Amino acid sequence: MKLFEDLPPMDHLRSEDMSLVQIIIPVESAHRAVSYLGELGLLQLKDLNEEKSPFQRTFVNQVKRCGEMSRKLRFFGDQISKAGITASPCPASQQVIDLEELEVRLSEHEAELLEMNANNEKLQQTYNELLEFKLVLLKAGGFLVAAQNHAVPAETELVESKYSKKDDESLFLLEQSVQPESSSKAGLRFISGIICKSKELTFERMLFRATRGNMFFNQAPAGEQVMDPVSGEMVEKTVFVVFFSGEQAKNKILKICQAFGASCYPVPEENSKQMQLTREVSLRLSELEATLDAGNRHRNKALASIASQQWNWTIMVKKEKGVYDTLNMLNFDVTKKCLVGEGWCPTFAKPQIKEVLEHATIHSNSQVGIIFHDMDSFESPPTYFRTNRFTHAFQEIVDAYGVARYKEANPAVYSVITFPFLFAVMFGDWGHGLCLLLGSLILILREKKLGSQKLGSFMEMAFGGRYVVLLMALFSIYCGLIYNEFFSVPFHIFGKSAYKCLESSCSDAHTAGLIKYRDPYPFGVDPRWRGSRSELPFLNSIKMKMSILLGVSQMNLGIILSYFDAKFHGSFLDIRYQFMPQMIFLNSLFGYLALLIVIKWCTGSQADLYHVMIYMFLDPTGDLGENQLFWGQKELQILLLLMAIIAVPWMLFPKPFILRKLHTERFQGRTYGILGTSEMDLDQDPDSARRQHHEDFNFSEVFVHQMIHSIEFVLGAVSNTASYLRLWALSLAHSELSTVFYEKLLLLAWGYDSVIVRIAGLAVFAFATAFILLMMETLSAFLHALRLHWVEFMGKFYHGDGYKFKPFSFKLLADEED
Amino acid sequence: MYGFEALTFNIHGGYLEAIVRGHRSGLLNAADYNNLCQCETLDDIKMHLSATEYGPYLQNEPSPLHTTTIVEKCTHKLVDEYKHMLCQATEPLSTFLEYITYGYMIDNVVLIVTGTLHERDVQELLEKCHPLGMFDSIATLAVAQNMRELYRLVLVDTPLAPYFSECITSEDLDDMNIEIMRNTLYKAYLEDFYNFCQKLGGATAEIMSDLLAFEADRRAVNITINSIGTELTRDDRRKLYSNFGLLYPYGHEELAVCEDIDQVRAAMEKYPPYQSIFAKISYGESQMLDKAFYEEEVKRLCLAFEQQFHYAVFFAYMRLREQEIRNLMWISECVAQNQKSRIHDSVVFIF
Repeated sequence: MKLFEDLPPMDHLRSEDMSLVQIIIPVESAHRAVSYLGELGLLQLKDLNEEKSPFQRTFVNQVKRCGEMSRKLRFFGDQISKAGITASPCPASQQVIDLEELEVRLSEHEAELLEMNANNEKLQQTYNELLEFKLVLLKAGGFLVAAQNHAVPAETELVESKYSKKDDESLFLLEQSVQPESSSKAGLRFISGIICKSKELTFERMLFRATRGNMFFNQAPAGEQVMDPVSGEMVEKTVFVVFFSGEQAKNKILKICQAFGASCYPVPEENSKQMQLTREVSLRLSELEATLDAGNRHRNKALASIASQQWNWTIMVKKEKGVYDTLNMLNFDVTKKCLVGEGWCPTFAKPQIKEVLEHATIHSNSQVGIIFHDMDSFESPPTYFRTNRFTHAFQEIVDAYGVARYKEANPAVYSVITFPFLFAVMFGDWGHGLCLLLGSLILILREKKLGSQKLGSFMEMAFGGRYVVLLMALFSIYCGLIYNEFFSVPFHIFGKSAYKCLESSCSDAHTAGLIKYRDPYPFGVDPRWRGSRSELPFLNSIKMKMSILLGVSQMNLGIILSYFDAKFHGSFLDIRYQFMPQMIFLNSLFGYLALLIVIKWCTGSQADLYHVMIYMFLDPTGDLGENQLFWGQKELQILLLLMAIIAVPWMLFPKPFILRKLHTERFQGRTYGILGTSEMDLDQDPDSARRQHHEDFNFSEVFVHQMIHSIEFVLGAVSNTASYLRLWALSLAHSELSTVFYEKLLLLAWGYDSVIVRIAGLAVFAFATAFILLMMETLSAFLHALRLHWVEFMGKFYHGDGYKFKPFSFKLLADEED
Repeated sequence: MYGFEALTFNIHGGYLEAIVRGHRSGLLNAADYNNLCQCETLDDIKMHLSATEYGPYLQNEPSPLHTTTIVEKCTHKLVDEYKHMLCQATEPLSTFLEYITYGYMIDNVVLIVTGTLHERDVQELLEKCHPLGMFDSIATLAVAQNMRELYRLVLVDTPLAPYFSECITSEDLDDMNIEIMRNTLYKAYLEDFYNFCQKLGGATAEIMSDLLAFEADRRAVNITINSIGTELTRDDRRKLYSNFGLLYPYGHEELAVCEDIDQVRAAMEKYPPYQSIFAKISYGESQMLDKAFYEEEVKRLCLAFEQQFHYAVFFAYMRLREQEIRNLMWISECVAQNQKSRIHDSVVFIF
């Protein structure tokens, strides 16, 4: 134990020291102080107004103004993206403007934009109308001409009556949208117009029904798309001409036209007039087009100037909103002249915060300084680990399970190495490892560029974990070298194989085996093992044993960490009645197994470890026979077994009873409970006097809890050790899969003499390697490594019921998406 | 299949039921209403709603808000949710969902026809229509002069066509006729919906028959109260009652002859479920009846969520959302007109 005392303090293992601090800010410097704190980003303020709804808080108006401004900015963003402008933000032109000015500017811009939009819309509408008119003129004119020219005898009657009428009408064709009334009742008249293509069918049906079929509908596609004024999209339209007779029918048809949003335009029947009209319309169209273009150019210019600033403005508004949201969390003191805030900050950051607050006082010319002092805290502080871009991803992996309790041992420190290593045990192939390494290096080298842009969800994930991938790749290469696998092909990197065939032809290598003729292969698995008869039994045995060794050591590490935690929190009860029996139990069974494995490896003994372990329980006193590995093994086994059996009640019973004893001692004779220590409470700010209440001690609950824990540990020791065998299983699966792809795809295809087959085989092999081995297998090995950490390792000591330190920081605000 | 829905329901309905239950948990709760009732301006309401599911729909509205904007946006959200569910639904759930909209369709038809009668602008009327009850040729309704034309021109294409069989007359449209048409249509619709639910069977039939019976009975009472003192004859009145529900048939006999509100009350108090509603309001009063009915309805609708594997949750959700929008409208109106003391007159808390 002395050894542990002398160890240097493990700073990285525990979260930062946190202090609960109170700041009292005079109103005049409040805004500046909070925005400085936001720049610093090391203080997490508590919400002291939780009971107030958002619109009852002090700075609600400012928050609303910020909301309004961000709405305007969103509106600009909409308009900009609609206009298709991509202006790069120019941070160089960033001049300091304050919020009021920005607000004024934004509303100016908005008003300007709205006006331009309205003008534009008007023009667009006129333009659309003219365009539609032109289309109707062209198409409907065509109908009329066609009707005139190809009047077949059967239609003569109709046509005659129609044209007889038309002659005397043609005078006022231009003035009215509908063919004007004529005295002749049998007269056939027509309405021409334009309608959306999608509505055309129902329109025709409706006309048919309304006039009881007494009409003739003629239509043709407009050919040109017309902009829909509402959505701004281009829509297909159809030009129609309806021939009908009678006044009532006209009214009905007009109503239907109106209901369907069809616009009617008059078309003169005479060719010459049509031509004239068309000319006029075209002329006006081109004029309008020029006006529209000018308007658009103007608008785009305005939008471009907004676009160049939009990014800065958005950030600024976000910051302001953040500041006011934070100010809303502060309390007014009694005099209404100061704002009082409480919050957590890392202890190391206190001088920085003080300095920043002093700056704020000076810059805002305040007479009164900002008071900043510590408070006593009764609740658990937030957990804050300082991470860098390398350790961040590992910390995230741990946090995904649960944020560490304040000052709890942080498994992320160990995960940095153990996680990629366990991954690599399952993913051992240095070819695949090189591929991963390449990928992660690309991500890391382009870090600056990738970090500043938005990535897809998958890329985001890969980018976030780039250093994890890097380490995983490096360890994969290492493990791959040990397994001697390169896309499942063995290499003679470290010298010659120790084995050779019996004969020179090597025909019986798979049946008769090989003979050893020189020193063992210096590093990793001998390449000659590949494909030999004993390859699988050998690899399985070594990987299985290795998994057990790794598992037992990692679980021991977990339990040892629980010792350090207990020691740190001064809970000697936990050391004596939890840590010690757990250590003994695990090591007397599985630690012993690990020992046997190591001895067997060192001595090259033929002993059957299954047999040893099983008969250690079934028949502890029986003779070990040929399975004896060392002298005194039987006695040692009996001793270990006894220790394991004793360890179970040791971890189950004493702790709850001692807890009960402590509890009764503490409250002995106190039948009335504790009086509130009134002097102390009065001294403190009533707001901060949030003490934790003493909970009633419920023995049965504690006991059941302890029982569950003990049972879980005892059963867990077995199942967790077995669970580490997944290292072997996945590694086996990986190597078998890559062997299959290599032999059954690549070598098979290579056997043919055709180039096409070879290329196809190569392609399929490449795809299989990339998608199945590199992506799916990476994912599955990753998940299994994750599980081993979360359940088997962290389950031994980690509570993970803390909460994260979330400082008020502009940097975090800017990253946040809407 | 009664009792065995649990085996197969989730194959088609599970996803949507999960969706609708998720939507339901987004309904405003009592705390939200309390906060809303304390609002001073419409902006406060917007601010509060921005923290709820309505947030994205209101956030881009420029600041001088109007009650209509709030209601419109909230309805928009409901419509979006409905459309999403309809797109995902398979038979018979999709038909069930479509049935829910027919009620809105009837209201829209009546709105347009009445509006045209009073020579309002069609576009203006269209804006007032409930978006769930829109159909293709709704604008053409303005063309029709009488019921027959109405049917022949427009409604024959809509799902409402079968309900028209009882009210095809050549009479010209007037307010009274339209009101009768609305009730006849609604009666036919409710009966059809009821039969459809019975055909579906299982828990859907059980719960929906309860909800629809309540709806039918409420309409019967409303028809009775509204027709007191009009020229509607007893037989005509009798014809407008739906042929199912708790009051059918004997209650209808009694309601048909009622001459004032107290007689209605006497008739209704014979039915235990309605006794409690009438117990809340004093004699001779009909103003608060609506609210009492709404409260009872909300209670029943909430109960529909207690059971799983049935379609009534969709109906209940749509109705609850509608009630919530009514509440929001009332609160906003009260806030806008500085009548905050009257807020509680008509707000029905959902939870």
